[in-house]
Amino acid sequence: MGYSPHTPADRDVMLAAIGAGSVDELFDDIPAAVRSTRFEVPPPLAEQEVRAELARLAGRNRIPRISFLGAGVYQHLIPSVVGEVIGRAEFSTSYTPYQPEVSQGTLQSIYEFQSLICELTGMEVASASHYDGATATAEAALMACRLTHRDAIAVSSAVNPMVRRVLATYCSGPGIEIVELAADLGEGGSGLTPVSGAAALLDDRFSCLVVQQPNFFGGIEPMHELAEAAHASGTQLVAVVEPTSLALLEAPGEYGADIVAAEGQPLGIPPSYGGPYVGLMATRMASVRQMPGRLAGATRDVQGRKGYVLTLQAREQHIRREKAASNICTNQALCALAATAYLTAVGPDGLREVADLSVTQARHLASALEAAGIGERRFSAPYFAEVAIRLPDAARRHATLAEQGIVAGFVLAPDYPELPDTLLLATTELTTDADIEALVAALEATP
Amino acid sequence: MIPDDRRYSREHEWVRADGSIGTIGITSFAADELGDIVFVELPEVGRKLKQFAAFGVVESVKAVSDLFAPISGEVTEVNDALNANPELLNTDPFGAGWIAKVSLTDPAEADQLLDAAAYQELTAG
Repeated sequence: MGYSPHTPADRDVMLAAIGAGSVDELFDDIPAAVRSTRFEVPPPLAEQEVRAELARLAGRNRIPRISFLGAGVYQHLIPSVVGEVIGRAEFSTSYTPYQPEVSQGTLQSIYEFQSLICELTGMEVASASHYDGATATAEAALMACRLTHRDAIAVSSAVNPMVRRVLATYCSGPGIEIVELAADLGEGGSGLTPVSGAAALLDDRFSCLVVQQPNFFGGIEPMHELAEAAHASGTQLVAVVEPTSLALLEAPGEYGADIVAAEGQPLGIPPSYGGPYVGLMATRMASVRQMPGRLAGATRDVQGRKGYVLTLQAREQHIRREKAASNICTNQALCALAATAYLTAVGPDGLREVADLSVTQARHLASALEAAGIGERRFSAPYFAEVAIRLPDAARRHATLAEQGIVAGFVLAPDYPELPDTLLLATTELTTDADIEALVAALEATP
Repeated sequence: MIPDDRRYSREHEWVRADGSIGTIGITSFAADELGDIVFVELPEVGRKLKQFAAFGVVESVKAVSDLFAPISGEVTEVNDALNANPELLNTDPFGAGWIAKVSLTDPAEADQLLDAAAYQELTAG
């Protein structure tokens, strides 16, 4: 038996089947400028030289002194115990726990993670994690299509635009139609998803309405009313949430969410220039067989002792092949463990303090900017720990401040042309009063 | 034994017509091949089934299989007892383990199915 994956003849058959002329043609979508045709590997270096070279490269990173950047990723304090737990070799080197007899520790940690996510979201069952919040959201929307046998999705324009782009990618293959529900972003607008608009739009074509809470602009959406508007036409509500906010805001299970998706990064995972993160997903037991991804369950062994196993695996591709609930999902076991360690370390009171402080600092920030006459809140709705501020020449001043090591949030205009001169500024419990004063001073000095 | 009051598909489903209503289930052969059945995903009442197209899922401890409609029709009733007792498919596949009743779109579609003798022959080998 040969072990070579594909012979040239195999490749020709596969290329002919999909109508491609060559392997290179498969990479046509990647712009030529970033496509490497030759790899020029330098000669070997001594360890000391490698360290020096890497230090030089790392020195080119620009670490901001002060940052108000959020837009879906948030810098929170990570207790040292998180790194200590996930650094243990039993966790950091372990692979998929298919064999329960040798994987009880890993399986129990996954079960604890699922239990914590259920408690946080008020839902009945949580998956053992996804790649990130965007892919979890896309999987949730596809899941709603399977559950309802419908193939259109309604998405609020107040959902993170980066998440919406991933959703569009996921829907392009199966031909699922995405209809955008415009949030109230006009002059004097609330910045929220309109309930009347949802009620007018939704009918029996739609599998789900995707809404984010707090929304991309930090606004607190009327989730009860949106759930009601969706359910009136048998449309499911996919709630995209920020996990620390659930310490203060109502749990999705309370307002009738059918599927919950979230970026788990705020729970003990550093921003790290974009990843690795962890996607969270939770739903009701009645929908569990359409939920993608791994799931650990508690059981008893033949001697009656408590144990853990991967369960309901018939949904998954190693059993169900092309008919699996998803063939493109993965999980982030180590980041899920970081979230588990984080939530365990801070506890319910600690998480409430984190959310409380983040919210308080956002109010402090908005009033400091308004008091100094620098800018004003763009939307009228109550907000969580992120706020949209309108100020003259936002993009230019944002760039100038970045040179000084201050990231003045996220410039909204590229994603929302209807929101020129608007910055989205996030605060967490790590945002100090001095940070806010420094931002105000820098903006005053940069008219 | 294979009851001769109904017709069989090559995918191991049966349909028994009673006027314009057809009752659908899986055969004892299918149930034995699957082993202990732990879950049946039933279609919703009102759903239109198309002959030979998948309409549900049956899950056993060792496999998952699609259910294929032996005949076209709109679902009028499903066997809710299977939610709590999916093992009825193993213990009484031709009786208490029926899956759904449909109002037949075209009773003549049954001509494309096997009779008991032909089905017996199909599964004997």
